[in-house]
Amino acid sequence: MPKLHELAHCRAGDKGDTSILSLIAYRAEDYPLLAERVTADAVRKHLRGIVLGEVRRYELPALWALQFVCDRSLHGGVTTSLALDAHGKSLSYALLEMSV
Amino acid sequence: MRETLRIGAGAGFSGDRLEPAAVLAERGRIQYLVLECLGERTVALAQLRKRNDPARGYDPLLERRIELLLPLLRRHGVRLITNMGAANPIAAADAIIAIARTQKTPIRVAVVTGDDVLAKIEPSELTLETQAPIAKYGELVSANAYLGAAALLPALQSGADIVITGRVADPSLFVAPMVHEYGWQLDDVDRLARGTSIGHLLECAGQLCGGYFAEPGRKDVPDMAHLGFPYADVDADGGATLGKVERTGGCITLATAKEQLLYEVTDPFGYVTPDVVADFSTVTMREAGPDRIDVRGATGKARPAKLKVSVGYLAGYVGEGEISYGGANALARARLAGDIVRERLDKAFTDLRIDLIGSTSLHGKSFDPTEQPYEVRLRVAARAPTPESASLIGEEVEALYTNGPAGGGGTRKYVHEQVGIVSTLIERERVPTKVTLREWSRDAQAA
Repeated sequence: MPKLHELAHCRAGDKGDTSILSLIAYRAEDYPLLAERVTADAVRKHLRGIVLGEVRRYELPALWALQFVCDRSLHGGVTTSLALDAHGKSLSYALLEMSV
Repeated sequence: MRETLRIGAGAGFSGDRLEPAAVLAERGRIQYLVLECLGERTVALAQLRKRNDPARGYDPLLERRIELLLPLLRRHGVRLITNMGAANPIAAADAIIAIARTQKTPIRVAVVTGDDVLAKIEPSELTLETQAPIAKYGELVSANAYLGAAALLPALQSGADIVITGRVADPSLFVAPMVHEYGWQLDDVDRLARGTSIGHLLECAGQLCGGYFAEPGRKDVPDMAHLGFPYADVDADGGATLGKVERTGGCITLATAKEQLLYEVTDPFGYVTPDVVADFSTVTMREAGPDRIDVRGATGKARPAKLKVSVGYLAGYVGEGEISYGGANALARARLAGDIVRERLDKAFTDLRIDLIGSTSLHGKSFDPTEQPYEVRLRVAARAPTPESASLIGEEVEALYTNGPAGGGGTRKYVHEQVGIVSTLIERERVPTKVTLREWSRDAQAA
């Protein structure tokens, strides 16, 4: 089973306690596989323990991309978190560890 | 009217590198240079500096950036737009005038104020994050409304060489010169949305050019030590071609542009700014040459009725301590060290956080649980009401030298004040904005 890391790239962003993860296929032909396998539910299961809230998924086929908006993922919010990576900048590579 | 408008992005955050902006001004053939230097918390921290000294409270790098750029702006006819005014845009303008006087460079600075709404918000107002009243969070230090492009238009119309602001929505800093140069109507939602998509692509500067992107072997980026910053050639309809200055490092590709377009966007079908609600799902991108990407097609809906306000509050102190272990059983020794500190501190500090850097500090677990790290760094952190109590954390970690597991080394301890941020909304009518001019000329000196 390939990891997402082989098929797609990701950038993590933050707003308050929400982590925002893009997932962009390197090749247009891999987008349908991502759209089929990388559901909001699959991401929530993969990031169990990190993402404590809801995951919303947006489909952006023109960009070969999915966008995951993950609530309650940053220890209460960037500005008052005790975490080492308070912004969750490194979570992009946690998502790319997922097998599809 | 112009045929094209070239806008450069010379800083993506307060602490960003200085020289790429100078390269853009000198060799980029740009008409406008935008420096975006105001993060979520930056205004609140600036407000604390202003409390200590009423002449401060603007960006700490303002003088260094302006000293470097002022001669170049003048020589190449580039106008500067920046939110480096932070909590004190008037004092920032005075600081710029002082530099102009020293450099004997005639200058007109337009200051946009009105974003500071600390005196206007009620403690009973509810936050967008938790629906709890603002008062519950602690002592408020700042409240700034996100202004839109409209607030900058009179400043641009004044003919100022430099427009300096406090809190403005990041993409609006770029949309303002587009509206000004092309005369877009403020209800022309599709043009505003396209301009907003371009502003959003530019606002983090180096992040469009391979910064925050590179991965050796998979996402290679050339010459990152000299990463160039981007510009956009914007047409009268808000379509644009992205590019960067020749002989600078980095790259602009479909992949770098897509990552940046979606960066921090909580709803790609409805990206809200004070100017417009932009739909990025209709954006198309096309390679137009080396480091050149065409971006078109964002669509828009009417701007929101209210403005977002970012509220800063004092959130106490954080104490931290770190110590490293390496070689055989490093992970077990680091865990033992963490257990010792926990037993000694967890009665006094209820939210004690213990991280194993090199193993589980970033993702809370390893996706490869069989891997044994060669070295591990223990990190302990906790919140405390005073700096004195926060310093206990680092002291306990340091004491592990002689009281903890074998081979601990490289301790560090930190105490810092925390400023929290929550958001609320405010009616536009309650946020009137104003433009103040500051000028220096050779005549003024003679007089």
